[in-house]
Amino acid sequence: MIDKKWIGYTGPEVRFDIERGRLRFFAQAIGESNPIYVDQDAAQAAGYRDLPVPPTFLLAADLDSNELFSTLARMGVSLGKILHGEQGYTYHRPICAGESVTVRSRISDIYDKKGGALEFIVRDSTVSNASGELAAEFRSVIVVRN
Amino acid sequence: MVEQHAVINVGDAIPELQLPPVTRTTLALFAGASGDHNPIHIDIDFARKAGMPDVFAHGMLGMAWLGRLLTAWVPQSQLRTWSVRFLGITHLGDRMTCSGSVVEVFEEDGERRAKLEIKACNQDGDVKIAGDAVVALP
Repeated sequence: MIDKKWIGYTGPEVRFDIERGRLRFFAQAIGESNPIYVDQDAAQAAGYRDLPVPPTFLLAADLDSNELFSTLARMGVSLGKILHGEQGYTYHRPICAGESVTVRSRISDIYDKKGGALEFIVRDSTVSNASGELAAEFRSVIVVRN
Repeated sequence: MVEQHAVINVGDAIPELQLPPVTRTTLALFAGASGDHNPIHIDIDFARKAGMPDVFAHGMLGMAWLGRLLTAWVPQSQLRTWSVRFLGITHLGDRMTCSGSVVEVFEEDGERRAKLEIKACNQDGDVKIAGDAVVALP
């Protein structure tokens, strides 16, 4: 069982640069063909400064930095045992290529079901832009199969 | 894309999104692009050691497809909040269909908004991902 002392744990801030090439790669990987996600001119014609970050992309900040997986490892959770339970996003301001964002994540809850056969880790993250404004929030629920 | 000032009613379905079958290549590309390098999605040896019969799709791949469903209906700048639950594993070969319908139309923060129920099902109709989204209407 995961030690409940991890509830409230706040990881180090993660700085994440939003790169145009990476956004194009992401669009390709999910089959996104809307030109605003790959073509700068189309994005600007649609009112964005540059290619917009697609709705689910921001989790990459957590993954590229290895912050999520290294935290799980320190909690004693192995990658072969996890499933994604839930994911949610709330948006406050658009984020576009060329920006640098800061992500802060906190473990807000840990609970179990089925007598401990399944454990749930709830992690809340905020995404701030370079001006320090809150741009987005996301919540991840990780399920551990014991 | 929904037209400006379109009449939106509870019960309206939004256009579906049909995806090609999930392949190992799909998962390899998504691992790289998303930053999720968990070998359970790309390395069959690791997956078997972890007790799974084969690699399987990242939940976030399905959520990214649901994101495409939403942003094909309204511009992304009108997506306010959304969340999903991953209900079942999406396997290699699954042909997913993303769909959604309007369950509520309301005013909030000075704008007209719609709440949608969304889901991703495989070719057998098994619901793999379900959730809801709030969008501002044009």
